[in-house]
Amino acid sequence: MKKQSRYLVIIGCGQLGSHLANKLSLAGDSVVVIDRNERSFENLSSDFSGFRIEGDATRVGTLKEARMEKADVVVAVSGSDNVNIMVAQVARSVFGIKHTVARVYEQNHQELCEKMGIRTICTTRIAAEHFLLEITGQSEQGRTSL
Amino acid sequence: MKVVIVGGGKTMFFLGRNFAAKGYRVVIINRNMEECEDLAKQLKAVVIFGDGSNAGTLEDAGTASADAVLAITPHDQDNLVICQLAVNRFRVPRAIALANDPDNVKVFEKLGIQAFSTTHIVSSLIEQRATFEEITNLMPLGEGKVNITELVIGSGSPVAGKQLKDICLPDNSLIAVIIRNNQSIVPRGPNELHLNDRVVVITLPENHGKVLKMLTGEE
Repeated sequence: MKKQSRYLVIIGCGQLGSHLANKLSLAGDSVVVIDRNERSFENLSSDFSGFRIEGDATRVGTLKEARMEKADVVVAVSGSDNVNIMVAQVARSVFGIKHTVARVYEQNHQELCEKMGIRTICTTRIAAEHFLLEITGQSEQGRTSL
Repeated sequence: MKVVIVGGGKTMFFLGRNFAAKGYRVVIINRNMEECEDLAKQLKAVVIFGDGSNAGTLEDAGTASADAVLAITPHDQDNLVICQLAVNRFRVPRAIALANDPDNVKVFEKLGIQAFSTTHIVSSLIEQRATFEEITNLMPLGEGKVNITELVIGSGSPVAGKQLKDICLPDNSLIAVIIRNNQSIVPRGPNELHLNDRVVVITLPENHGKVLKMLTGEE
């Protein structure tokens, strides 16, 4: 039986956003990518069969255009922590999306988001863990694997 | 009173100057080195060069002991995160964000952050002033939810010579003061409005236009 297609909104079409968009689109999900810079869409491969919206994701109008209210998952991976934190909250509080995840660089921002119940992935923290493991053979928490 | 202001430009400069003149302790966070140097020379304020949406910068600014944080950068996402850090991390009692995009006023309030839009404020001021010539003074209160307006009862006014109790103003509006021959009267029902009286009215944005029309007779 074919897996039911999900509707995903991805904010930011940089390295991470385009990678996720390509993979998820290829896997059969229905994907919309938002980026304020049209040239970022050049990162999308021929695997990508979704939609692209050029616009500012901090404007509710842009998110409406992406029909965010229908999204199963909202992924905020633009290059700005603040944009990602704002969009994840707007997705949840204005559009009622339960499943949202934001990428942040700063660990302080991750703490803030945890307090507010926003799910985040801190790429700096993850990279640091990997580097430490590589350098010392031990991760920050003393674990030997990630 | 200690106020942390994050942002730049003329609005920030004059706000900072205004607060400093009132004797507030003003701390400014700005991302532009040159502007920081100018501000430090011109204002009686502590100026910090840095990113206000960074928790470390806010800490350097002594945000934990601030009575209020104002985030007025040109980027709504920055203003939101600055205020959320101020409230959640530094327990600042009042954090106010500028919503550059007027639609974000509602969004921010939904996210628990008090917001204002200069677009809203300026456009409603212009509308109100442009419509009624006899209005001499106007002040929004309570984040623009209450207006106090002073106007003159002119010859075209349909209420000149009437008693207050016979003037059916809409709910949630009030003639608070009548100024006549340099005397102020806090009026009651039997008081009359005379030609050339200056009256101070309290209105809400939804009935403001209607009340002013009733008192001035102007469309």
